[in-house]
Amino acid sequence: MPSKRSAAWLAENGAVAALVVLVVALSLLSSDFLSLTNLLNVGVQAAVTAILAFGSTFVIVTGGIDLSVGSVAALSAITLAWTATEGGLPWPAAVVLSLATGVACGLVNAALIAYGKLPPFIATLAMLGIARGLALVISQGSPIAMPEAVSHLGDTVGRFLPIPVLVMLVMGVVAAVILNRTYPGRAMYAIGGNEEAARLSGIKVSRIKLVTYALSGAFAAVAGVVLASRLASAQPQAAAGYELDAIAAVVIGGASLSGGKGRALGTLVGALILAVLRNGLNLLSVSAFWQQVVIGVVIALAVLVDTLRRRGTN
Amino acid sequence: MILRAEGLTKSFPGVRALDGVDLSLRPGEVHVLLGENGAGKSTLIKILSGAYRPDDGRVLMDGRPVEIRDAGDARRLGISTIYQEFNLVPELSVAENLSLGRPPRRFGLIDSAAMMRRGGELLDRVGVRVDPRTPVRRLGIARMQMVEIAKALALDARVLIMDEPTAVLTTGEVGKLFEIVRRLRDDGVAIVFITHHLEEIAEIGDRVTVLRDGRSVAEVPAGTSQDELVRLMVGRPIDQQFPRRPAELGEPLLSVRGLTRTGAFDDISFEVRAGEVVGLAGLVGAGRTEVARAVFGADRYDAGEVFVRGRRLPPADVHAAMEAGLGLVPEDRKGQGLVLGADIGENLGLVTLRDATRAGFVDLKGQRAAAARVAGQLGIRMTGLDQEVRTLSGGNQQKVVIGKWLVAEAGVLILDEPTRGVDVAAKVEIYQLVNALTDSGHAVLMISSDLPEVLGMSDRILVMARGRLVGELPAAEATQDGVMALAVTDVAGSRAE
Ligand SMILES: Nc1ncnc2c1ncn2[C@@H]1O[C@H](COP(=O)(O)OP(=O)(O)OP(=O)(O)O)[C@@H](O)[C@H]1O
Ligand SMILES: [Mg+2]
Repeated sequence: MPSKRSAAWLAENGAVAALVVLVVALSLLSSDFLSLTNLLNVGVQAAVTAILAFGSTFVIVTGGIDLSVGSVAALSAITLAWTATEGGLPWPAAVVLSLATGVACGLVNAALIAYGKLPPFIATLAMLGIARGLALVISQGSPIAMPEAVSHLGDTVGRFLPIPVLVMLVMGVVAAVILNRTYPGRAMYAIGGNEEAARLSGIKVSRIKLVTYALSGAFAAVAGVVLASRLASAQPQAAAGYELDAIAAVVIGGASLSGGKGRALGTLVGALILAVLRNGLNLLSVSAFWQQVVIGVVIALAVLVDTLRRRGTN
Repeated sequence: MILRAEGLTKSFPGVRALDGVDLSLRPGEVHVLLGENGAGKSTLIKILSGAYRPDDGRVLMDGRPVEIRDAGDARRLGISTIYQEFNLVPELSVAENLSLGRPPRRFGLIDSAAMMRRGGELLDRVGVRVDPRTPVRRLGIARMQMVEIAKALALDARVLIMDEPTAVLTTGEVGKLFEIVRRLRDDGVAIVFITHHLEEIAEIGDRVTVLRDGRSVAEVPAGTSQDELVRLMVGRPIDQQFPRRPAELGEPLLSVRGLTRTGAFDDISFEVRAGEVVGLAGLVGAGRTEVARAVFGADRYDAGEVFVRGRRLPPADVHAAMEAGLGLVPEDRKGQGLVLGADIGENLGLVTLRDATRAGFVDLKGQRAAAARVAGQLGIRMTGLDQEVRTLSGGNQQKVVIGKWLVAEAGVLILDEPTRGVDVAAKVEIYQLVNALTDSGHAVLMISSDLPEVLGMSDRILVMARGRLVGELPAAEATQDGVMALAVTDVAGSRAE
């Protein structure tokens, strides 16, 4: 009985159910919602948050938190734009440098956490300030134009495929493969579930944490570049506060902040929920002030429903 | 009759853990619950303590039906419970744990002097010598158990439930515990006592209820013979409790020389040869676990050397120890052995994760196949490899901890309390696997608080007391009394408590 099976699947995946309910409700409330242009718009809106959130999924699976991803995204984009324009580097080199910047920020976070024994919250809070500050210093506070070749990342191929959405999907697959199929990915779950048991099973915990935060930094860099391409310029204040959306997306997607749980697909759904909600509230002309209230309530509800459902099965 | 349970039924997804179970408790009796791993013992007592609600059936106290919805209800009814998996807060001190939820107050603030005093008194009652200010995380598993017992005694209970309190205790502590239990029994307390050590039943019990697959299959007097109890519980007799089959000895695989950590152990030297099982006996606090962890690289040491196959291991490096072929089954399965939120397959594959990685990708199919094989060998009672380890019964969790090292086929395996909470039949399976290991030239170092097990399964026995090796006995000459006499040796001034 396929319908019964899919009903069971929906119950298992509370976030997917919430997304479906949201989409159905909005398409009833607003005739514009289901139009192609609007849906593509939602996809583009979701892309940057989703890419950041994939990176945060690694961190949250290990039981950590990364507050610096928004700042690191901005710094990476500024690095790219600055080295390509002011520095005169060819754009591929600038892209590599930009990714390296993200990875470097992640490695510093991880070193502070794994070797300095700082709590992740504190280490990445410091990085949140440092990376944002560096972005402002390098750009002297003003936007820098993106190199022409790179800013195509913000385009739409044909009329139906926005490149940010494509990048989001690719990064989602990469995240899923790393989490499910590779040694560092599996080790992240073990560390998040019980760090001592992981260590006594021969997992080099510090090294895996380096990989984890470096990945988070790399994903942040990609998100930053995609965002800057869409805006055609790298802005030092870009993506401020996005770290909270990223964390919300991961948690709505079913991850646990205490570690050991979380999936790339869930995170994608979480990011889509946030984007659909923002878009729908705009279509319904809800004031920006009330939007914040509604989104806060939805985050709380989504996680609450999930927790209650899990308790029900135990 | 002080408490009566009738027709208790409880299902979890995929299993019916209890299926119409009856139990009656008289005041002043020690009622033993007996059954294989996963038979439903812990589920039954969790219903009595308010941790689970039954799907069906009822509980009567003094003849009147009662609702036990949570721990508060149980406490008001005078039911106090010592759970199989400890409920201690690792970061809090022993005294704080002992008065958790009901700290003594003065002017609305916690009266820490009174809390320390009360903690000290409770610890005295169970005869553990620890400073009440020590954080619980610093205690070994046996002392944690004694703190749990002290915690349960803090409530003046009419019904005291003890889920495998002796699983990690050595003979000395068990004696202490039995004294306490007898005293409570004589005061009219009804005691539910769960154990897999059959010899304890006649010593402490009055009646035995046997559970099998979630049903109560018999109620017999505690004097029933062990063979008959096994038959009731497993459905078939067990011919040999300790089937040790000595293997041919090869060259030394593990050599430890002069290993010392100030305050924990001093000048420890020994060898384990290929094909050999060496038992490490001693009282709780003698330093056995500390030595095992240091050898494996889990903790540092101040002096001495560890060699595996003649190659020196770098200190405090678990990864290097494992590369050299060393493995450790830790005593604390919840804290150190298992990822409770992950499934059985993942836990069984944890140690071999690195080796199963080719070109960056983990061979998940191979991992699952190996996990399925080991789960079958050990008879892990589960709904499938994707069951969360948290929801396994205690003994089955223990099988997972051992299983993950069996998958790894370590050349030298250190077992710290390997059969903690494992039922009699499954123990024999584990012993057979130890035989298979030594037959194929592996070496085993076994720590156990279960003296008959050490005597029955070792080829050679080392005895530790107060951080030092105080003796060595060939298995053929060792007796319980002989080992105990060594274990209580007073090594003057060797160890600060
Ligand atoms: N929360 C749960 N979710 C799912 N299954 C559970 C849960 N708790 C227990 N079970 C299952 O119920 C059965 C009975 O478990 P229980 O813990 O009562 O066994 P036990 O007799 O105490 O065994 P042991 O001697 O190993 O401690 C087992 O098959 C176990 O896997
Ligand atoms: Mg149990």
